[in-house]
Amino acid sequence: MQELETFLGIDYPTLWYLVVGLLFSGYAILEGFDYGAGAWHLFFKKDLSRRIAINAIGPLWDANQVWLVIGGGALFAGFPVMYATMLSAMYIPFMLFLMLLVLRSSAIKFRSSEKMLWWRKTWDIIYFISNTLIAFLLGVVLGNVLEGFELHDNFSYKGGVFFSFLSPYAIMVGFTTLSIFMTQGAIFLLLKTEGRLHARLTFLLKKGMIFFLISFSITSLYTLIFVPGVTDKFKETPIFFILPLLSFLSVANIPRLISKKKYGFALIFSSLTMAFLLMLVAFQLYPVLLPSTVSSSFSVTIYNAASSQKSLGIMLTIVAIGAPLLAGYFVFLYKTFNGKVKLDDTSY
Amino acid sequence: MDVEILARIQFAFTIAFHYIYPPLSIGIGLIMVITEGLYLKTGNKHYEVLTRFWLKIFAITFGIGVATGIIMEFEFGTNWAVYSRYVGDIFGSALAAEGLFAFGLESTFLGVLLFGWNRVSPRVHFISTIGVFLGSMFSAVWIVVANSWQQTPAGYHIVGEGFNARAEVTDFWQMVFNPSSVDRIIHVWQGAFLAGAFLVLSVHAYYLLKGRYVAISKKGFKIALLVATIVSFSQLLSGHSSADGVAKNQPAKLAALEGHYDKSAPADLYLFGWVDNETQKVTGLGIPGGLSFLVHQDFKAPITGLNAFPKDEQPSQVNAVFQFYHIMISIGMFLIALTLYASYLWWRGKLFDKRWLLQIFAFSVILPQIANQVGWFAAEMGRQPWIVYGHLKTSEGFSQEVSANQILFSLILFMVVYSFLLLLFLYSMNKKIKSGPYNEAINPLEIN
Repeated sequence: MQELETFLGIDYPTLWYLVVGLLFSGYAILEGFDYGAGAWHLFFKKDLSRRIAINAIGPLWDANQVWLVIGGGALFAGFPVMYATMLSAMYIPFMLFLMLLVLRSSAIKFRSSEKMLWWRKTWDIIYFISNTLIAFLLGVVLGNVLEGFELHDNFSYKGGVFFSFLSPYAIMVGFTTLSIFMTQGAIFLLLKTEGRLHARLTFLLKKGMIFFLISFSITSLYTLIFVPGVTDKFKETPIFFILPLLSFLSVANIPRLISKKKYGFALIFSSLTMAFLLMLVAFQLYPVLLPSTVSSSFSVTIYNAASSQKSLGIMLTIVAIGAPLLAGYFVFLYKTFNGKVKLDDTSY
Repeated sequence: MDVEILARIQFAFTIAFHYIYPPLSIGIGLIMVITEGLYLKTGNKHYEVLTRFWLKIFAITFGIGVATGIIMEFEFGTNWAVYSRYVGDIFGSALAAEGLFAFGLESTFLGVLLFGWNRVSPRVHFISTIGVFLGSMFSAVWIVVANSWQQTPAGYHIVGEGFNARAEVTDFWQMVFNPSSVDRIIHVWQGAFLAGAFLVLSVHAYYLLKGRYVAISKKGFKIALLVATIVSFSQLLSGHSSADGVAKNQPAKLAALEGHYDKSAPADLYLFGWVDNETQKVTGLGIPGGLSFLVHQDFKAPITGLNAFPKDEQPSQVNAVFQFYHIMISIGMFLIALTLYASYLWWRGKLFDKRWLLQIFAFSVILPQIANQVGWFAAEMGRQPWIVYGHLKTSEGFSQEVSANQILFSLILFMVVYSFLLLLFLYSMNKKIKSGPYNEAINPLEIN
C-alpha cells in the first residue's frame, strides 16, 4: 500500500471521513428540523397554522438542502466506491427518497398558490407524507449500513433487490430517525411561532419526545443484543463511552429548557443530540464505511474506497476555501430571517 | 429491454427534463440583474416592477431546477455505479466544487432574494440577486467541466486494470481546462441567456399584443432584445470554435455531425439532409467541401470519416446526431436573423409597429429550448459508444447490481411525477403571466 499523505498527523482519507461526517451531521440537523416540521403538518388543523408552519422554513429550506447536495458530492468525490456501491445496492429506497424530495419541494412551492381548499388539503397531505417518509427512509438506509450489505469481492452486491431493505432493524432505525427529526422540528417551530399554534406545539413536542425515547430505547437495546461486536470498540477505547452519555444528557436537558421558554437553546441541544449519535455511529464504523456481511475483507473502508491522495488533497483545499464562505452565507441568511414568522405578500 | 438501454433512457429522460429549467434560471437571472441594477440607478418604478415580476417566474424555474438536479447528482451512483467508480476521482472534485462554490452561493442568497424585500436594503437585495445569478453561472461551469472531461479527457492517468481500473487526477487545472471545456461553457451560458431572454421577449410581446402593461413591457422587451441580439450572434462564434475543437479532439463525432463516412475525403456542409446508414449517403442540400473549408479553410482538405474507425467505435445513431445538430444550427441562424431585424426596426424607431413580428416573438420562446435540448443530444449521442471518450464504453458503465425491473419501476415513477411537475409548471407560469406584473384593478394609475 502506498504511503498516505497526512495533515496534522491525520491521513487524508480520515480527514475526508470527518468532512463527510460533518456535512451529513449538518444535513441531519438543518433538514432535520425542515423534515421534522413537515412530519407534524397534519397535526395542525387550521389552514393558517399550516401556512405559517411552511413559511417558518420558507426562506431556509433551500439553503439547508445545500448540505445534502454537498454531502452527496463529497461522498462521490472522496469515496466514489462507497457512493457507487451504496446507491446502486439501495436503489429502491434512494429512488423513493429522490422522488419524495421532488414532491416535497413542489408542495412547498405550490400549496398556497391557490385559494381552493381541496388544492391546499391535497398538498398538505403530500407534504406530510413526503416529509415523514423522507425522514423514515434516511433512517432505514442508515440501519442498512449498520447491519451491513451482502458484499462479495470487488464490492459486488448480491443482496435482495426490491424490498429487502426493510429489515426489522432498519425499520427501527427509521422510526428513531423520524422521532428525533420530529423533536427537532417541533422545537424549531416553537422558536418561529406564537399564539395558539405555539401552545399546540408545546403539547405536541411532549408526544414527540416520548416517541423518541421509546423508539430510541428499543433500537439501542436491539443493537446491543443482536448486532455483533457493537461493544468491542468501547472496550478498546473506553473514553468513547462519553458519546452515549453526552447524547443522553443533551436529551435530558431539552424539557428543562422548553419549560423555561429557551427555545433557541433547546434547538441547540436537540441538534447536539443528533450530532453525538452520529459521532457514535461514525466511531463505531471507522474505518469501515459499509460492512460486508460475507467477510470483513470485502467491506468498503475509507482506504479501499478513497480517491487518490492527489485528489483528496485538492478537495481538502476546496473545502478549506469554500467552507468559510458557506458559513458566511449561512450567518447572513439566518440573521436576516431571525424571529417569528410574519406572513406578507412574498410568503409561500 | 435490457438494463443498459433502460438506464440510458432514464438518464436521458431525467437530464433532458432537468435541462428545461437551469438555462431559464440563468437567463432570467441575467435579465433580473439588469433590471434591478437599472432600478437602483434610475429609481424608475418600472424596473422594480419588472424585477419583482421576473423574480416570481425565476422562483418556479429555479425550484424545479434544484429538485430535478438533486436527482441527477444521485443517479450517477444508482444507475452508473461502474462509471462512478471510474470517474469519481475526477468528476467528484468538480461536483464538490459545484456544491460548495456555486450551489451554496445561489441557494443561500435565494432566500434573501425571494423573501427579503422587506428585510434588507435595496442595495443588499441587489447584491443577493447578483449572488444568485453568479451562483447559477458557476454551477454551469462545474457541470460542463465534468461533462467536457468525458468528451476530451485531460490531466489524468489510468490506474489499475479490469474492474479496478479508474482515472485519477494528475493535474487539476489541466482537468478543469481540458480541451473542450472553455468553448462548451461559453456555448452553454449563451444558450441559457437565449432561453431566458426569449422567455422575457415572448411574455412582453404577448402583453404588447394585448395592449396590457405597455410601458413596462416596452422596457422589458428592449432589454431582452439587446441581450438576445448580442448573444445570438456571439453564439455563432462559440459554436464555430466548439466545432473546431470537435474536429481536433473527437473526429468520429465530427464525422457523425455531418454524416461523413469516407475515410479521408473532402466533407460537405449540409443545410439539411437525411443520412442513410446502410448506403452511407446523405441526401440533402449542402455546400460541397464546406466542412473541409470550415475546419481547414480549404474546400479540398480531407476530413477523417466514420469508416476510419472500427465499427464498434462509431456512433450508432448517425442520422439522429446529424438531425439534432442541424436543427440546432437552423434555429441559431433563425434567431440571428430575427433579432437583427428587430434591432434594425428598433434603431429606426419602429420596433413595436409590426404585430406579426411581436407574434413571432411571442411563440419564439420554444426555439432556444429546442436548440438547447437537441444540442445536448447531438453532443452526447455523438460521443457514443463512449461514456468517457476513448476509455470507457457506455455499455460497461452501468450498475451491475440493478435489475431491469428496478429501473422500469423508477422510470415509470419518474414519468408520472415529472409529467405532473411539467403540468404544474405550465399551469403556474400561465397563471403568473396572465395575472401580470401587478394588479391593474387595484393600482391602475400608479404605473403605466
